[in-house]
Amino acid sequence: MGAVAAAGGSRKRLRYVAERRGFLATLLISPAVVLIAVLVGGPLILAGYLSFTDAQAGSLTGKWIGLANFRRVLHDPIFRGALWHTFLFTVLSQIVVIVCAGLIAHALVRGFRGRWLLRFFILLPWAAPIALTAIGFLWFYDPQASIFNWFLIKLHIVDPTSLPNWLGTPKAAMSSIITVQAWRTIPFAVVIFIAGISSIPQEVDDAAAIDAATGLKKFWYVSLPLQLPIAIVAVLFGIIFTATDMIVPFILTNGGPFNSTQVLTTYAFQTGINAGNIGEGAAIALFMLPVLAFVAIGMLVFARRAEVT
Amino acid sequence: MTSAWRHRLFVYGITIPFAVVLAFPFFWMGVTSLKPEAQVYDPTKVWRFHATLANYGYLFHHTEYVRWLRNSCFVGLLVVLVTLAVALPAGYALARLSGRVGRTLGVAIFLTYLVPPTLLFLPLSRVIAQYFHLSDRLWALVLVYPSFTIPFAIWLLMGFFKTIPQELEDAALVDGCSRLGALVRIVFPISIPGILTVVIFSFSLVLNEFVYAITFISSSANRTLTVGVPTDLIRGDLFNWPGIMAAILIPSIPLALVYNAFLNRFIAGFTGGAFR
Repeated sequence: MGAVAAAGGSRKRLRYVAERRGFLATLLISPAVVLIAVLVGGPLILAGYLSFTDAQAGSLTGKWIGLANFRRVLHDPIFRGALWHTFLFTVLSQIVVIVCAGLIAHALVRGFRGRWLLRFFILLPWAAPIALTAIGFLWFYDPQASIFNWFLIKLHIVDPTSLPNWLGTPKAAMSSIITVQAWRTIPFAVVIFIAGISSIPQEVDDAAAIDAATGLKKFWYVSLPLQLPIAIVAVLFGIIFTATDMIVPFILTNGGPFNSTQVLTTYAFQTGINAGNIGEGAAIALFMLPVLAFVAIGMLVFARRAEVT
Repeated sequence: MTSAWRHRLFVYGITIPFAVVLAFPFFWMGVTSLKPEAQVYDPTKVWRFHATLANYGYLFHHTEYVRWLRNSCFVGLLVVLVTLAVALPAGYALARLSGRVGRTLGVAIFLTYLVPPTLLFLPLSRVIAQYFHLSDRLWALVLVYPSFTIPFAIWLLMGFFKTIPQELEDAALVDGCSRLGALVRIVFPISIPGILTVVIFSFSLVLNEFVYAITFISSSANRTLTVGVPTDLIRGDLFNWPGIMAAILIPSIPLALVYNAFLNRFIAGFTGGAFR
């Protein structure tokens, strides 16, 4: 830029280029902004509007009924259950994820023979479409031929005459969907960890070595403070992709048995699409907004410190 | 214990057990997909069974699997094209051409990627049906999917473009190239690996999508892969488990291979993105 201005030698030209830059930027960015506003902003506002109406399937207009939908769902025991299950499903799966992913990533960033193959295996659950692999688990949990039961029998953990019904009993069903969600989220968390770890400059390690910081001391004063923001970013991604995702519970249990695995997303789907109460379904889905706001704020605070995203 | 041994114990002691646990479902899917139907319900026959490709044949000739595969690819290709057309210029402009406003905008666009389909599918289902008359049409998916591929692609592309030195373009400008000319002739060609990464990951986001597809599409012939397999192969009368396992593995393994090939580039775009 400097070179161009000097060659032109006049302020007018500089201003002309500057203006052109701003104009060009607007031109290049605006299609994206317009599309996102229409495809994300529009439906979001519409979702808010619908939640105050009694709209039914087949129409976008409904009578304005104020807070009636929210009042109804807050008194609905299934909805309250769904709130609690969403919380459990998210928190428990993400605790497993963060511990496992942290360990795996620290091993994977080092160089060793066979790393490519091991990384391939570890990333498999992330690369494969979850809607499909979840069906695989439907088979692994099959009451008659569960491979997990076969292992447990071989290890003498369960009795062959009273096999656990993984998806058919409330507590087992919840554990089952949490396991699958953790399984499919671990690799992505590993990737975020790797991204974060590799953005920490080598000088930090060198400096720590010069100061003779090793072992636990180094971990506590050097590694932990540097990697905490990365861990938090990984957790934030995990939270949003778990609390607002319906694929795993939808395919494995669809909220059952007896609504014991009903989460916000599956209940919104059942109310809004299956039962056709669009207004009430929208009201249920809107309870995901606080999670979204929480994650968004967290990202703004921590992503910069972690130097990822 | 020497430090080399400790190093090996650490990396293998962690990665091997996790690799086994995380990949085991795929191994078991593979085994099941090769079993004859009569032996499927007997998990003890892990190695000794008569391997058969009949299940793959069944899948291709007696179900609509190929059609769903084609539908998914059709939607995927179109969405990737739309995404590139919109995200390439925007990602470049946000990375290079604008200052503070651009930064804020970049972060805002990244945040829209976090807005989940489960929050938007109810209003969108009505808009699609009433205003666009696209119920049960693949075009409904082509219309809606850019809502998440574009923010995702812009975010990655910003990271890639920031790694290209400004001097390269300045040199082109000095040589009398226009700004757009520099973009097309200099920046895009060196960004091809990054652009390819965006293509692959956007395509796989489309392949993965489930909520919109199950809401908008109602007839078997128009389903995409992720919805066709769980609805038509599972809720149908026949539980052909080996065939279903084959249906899962066929798209998963190639996807996993390209993910691994492009992972380092993905991480590079990811770390250099919106917040820098």
